[in-house]
Amino acid sequence: MLTYLLAFILFAVGLYSVINKRNIIKIIMGIIIMEHAVNAFFILVGYRAAGKAPIMIQNTSVKEFVGFSVDPLPQALVITSIVISLGVVALMVTLAVRIYQHYGTFDITEIRNLRG
Amino acid sequence: MLPLFVAIPLGIGFLLPLIEEVKRRTNFFAAAMLIETGLLLALSLIKFGDKSIYRMSGWPPPIGINYVLDGLSSLMLVVISAIAFISTLFALTYMRKHENLGKFYGLFSLMLAGMYGVVLTGDIFNMYVYLELAAISSYALVGFNRGKEEIEASFKYLIMGAVGSIFILLGIAMLYGSVGSLNLADISVRIEEMTSKSFLLLSTALFIVGFGLKAAFIPFHSWLPDAHSSAPTPISAMLSGVLIKVLGIYALARVLFNGLNLPNLAPQVLIWIGAGSMFIGGMVALGQEDLKRLLAYSSISQMGYITLALGMGGALISQGKTAIATLAIIGGIFHLVNHATYKSLLFLFSGSVERLYGTRNMSKMGGLSRLNPVSYAAGTVGTLSISGIPPFNGFWSKLAIVIAAIWGKMYPLAGIILFTSVITLAYYLKVQKEILWGEVAERTSRSKDLSPGLYLPLIILAICCIGLGLLYLPAFREVVLEPAALALQQSSEYTKLVLGL
Repeated sequence: MLTYLLAFILFAVGLYSVINKRNIIKIIMGIIIMEHAVNAFFILVGYRAAGKAPIMIQNTSVKEFVGFSVDPLPQALVITSIVISLGVVALMVTLAVRIYQHYGTFDITEIRNLRG
Repeated sequence: MLPLFVAIPLGIGFLLPLIEEVKRRTNFFAAAMLIETGLLLALSLIKFGDKSIYRMSGWPPPIGINYVLDGLSSLMLVVISAIAFISTLFALTYMRKHENLGKFYGLFSLMLAGMYGVVLTGDIFNMYVYLELAAISSYALVGFNRGKEEIEASFKYLIMGAVGSIFILLGIAMLYGSVGSLNLADISVRIEEMTSKSFLLLSTALFIVGFGLKAAFIPFHSWLPDAHSSAPTPISAMLSGVLIKVLGIYALARVLFNGLNLPNLAPQVLIWIGAGSMFIGGMVALGQEDLKRLLAYSSISQMGYITLALGMGGALISQGKTAIATLAIIGGIFHLVNHATYKSLLFLFSGSVERLYGTRNMSKMGGLSRLNPVSYAAGTVGTLSISGIPPFNGFWSKLAIVIAAIWGKMYPLAGIILFTSVITLAYYLKVQKEILWGEVAERTSRSKDLSPGLYLPLIILAICCIGLGLLYLPAFREVVLEPAALALQQSSEYTKLVLGL
């Protein structure tokens, strides 16, 4: 239970950083922290105490296998979501570099051409 | 045939940027994109009305990923393909002078692949992956011109969109943790068997916030006016016309109606979010001077209608009034189709007007009726349809929503809808007064007249705006709109189709 709570605290820290920080780099880091928190939570969903890696060895029945293995599906999903977040973060950093070239600052309060 | 919808744009989206490295002839890319979207349009028309599923690698549904084609998704396929085809037709002339066209059409194609995937897939995590594919390519497309404002708008959109995606992923994780399945139909069956459903509240809230950020509902809307007005015009038409609907409303409706079996409170939340977006978006649009920003705020307002109608349908289903619920959902889906046509028409219109006057500020325009009668006619049809004037399509969908609200005894909602219609009419009359009529303004643009490529696509959309009103006739409604509404309403039919129970 405590580990779930820690994942949520991590998520909240990331969200706080996205909402409250003025520096673009800190906002990007907030997004990364949130993504990691969700990934950690996803892994925890498939966790079981004293579980083993979900590799089926010869001569094990399906029933036995289900008895000892952790759920492999969340791990597959988390790999996918890590790849996606890599793409998102790469795009964010590229845009941050472009913003710095145009405005000469990372402070979002000074980057206000558009009114939203 | 279903995987072709994802495979063709994905493959072409991968190839075009590669080909650009060796070949710089720009017309090639536009032609390839035009053939691709034309092919997809033909495919989606052939498949229209079919009900089938496709199993990836032959795995049966609860285990493997599957694509589902039912009334709603086949309608959405046609809408996406048609708008994409017309936007490409417009981009053919509009984007000709730009550089990096291989990358532009490549990203456009990837965005299409993502949208087709979201519409077709029956697996919630797969939906997330396609949603991210469409969203990431749209972030890049918004900043495609790499100017000061484009980059800023793109970054804003990216941050909001990324937060939305993370919320959706967290919702999926919680749903998987408590239900143990990712297939929408299987989730629906398992939830039906459970006695306590309170665990659904948190993941429902996360889905509403996450998809709401993608659909720009009112508390989460601040990226939309910037992003949609900074994107290149054909992309603005795609974003406002289809992307926010597919990624926002369609995905949310699928998850809530077919996956989670309409959890308590969700319809009420949708109703109030919809009413708020509708009203506030309309009020803010009244004060805009920039044509594209006005259209973007109007998108927020019109999305409110769709959300409100779907929420009303959900609330009426739980009250047991199924016939009125069907009418409300039909109104919502019909409005979605109509909004796709006239909002893309108006965005393309804004692009050609910008070419003609060299500005987007409405007070510096005027006298289009004398400058270019064809685009004047198209602009008139577009503005009249969106304000809901009787012969055009916008009137019929709003009428369906209002009738459903009155029959469902939701009088305050009917009042808000009618009042917002008046506001909509007011700000589009302003558009008409400043652009279409009056003295011919002094122009900063050097182009004397528009080339036909910039107004012919408008004609096609204007004809659609007039013709689509026919869908409300009972004969057409039974074929097109009713299957789409019933696909959402009868989630047992959906599970039967997917799981074959």
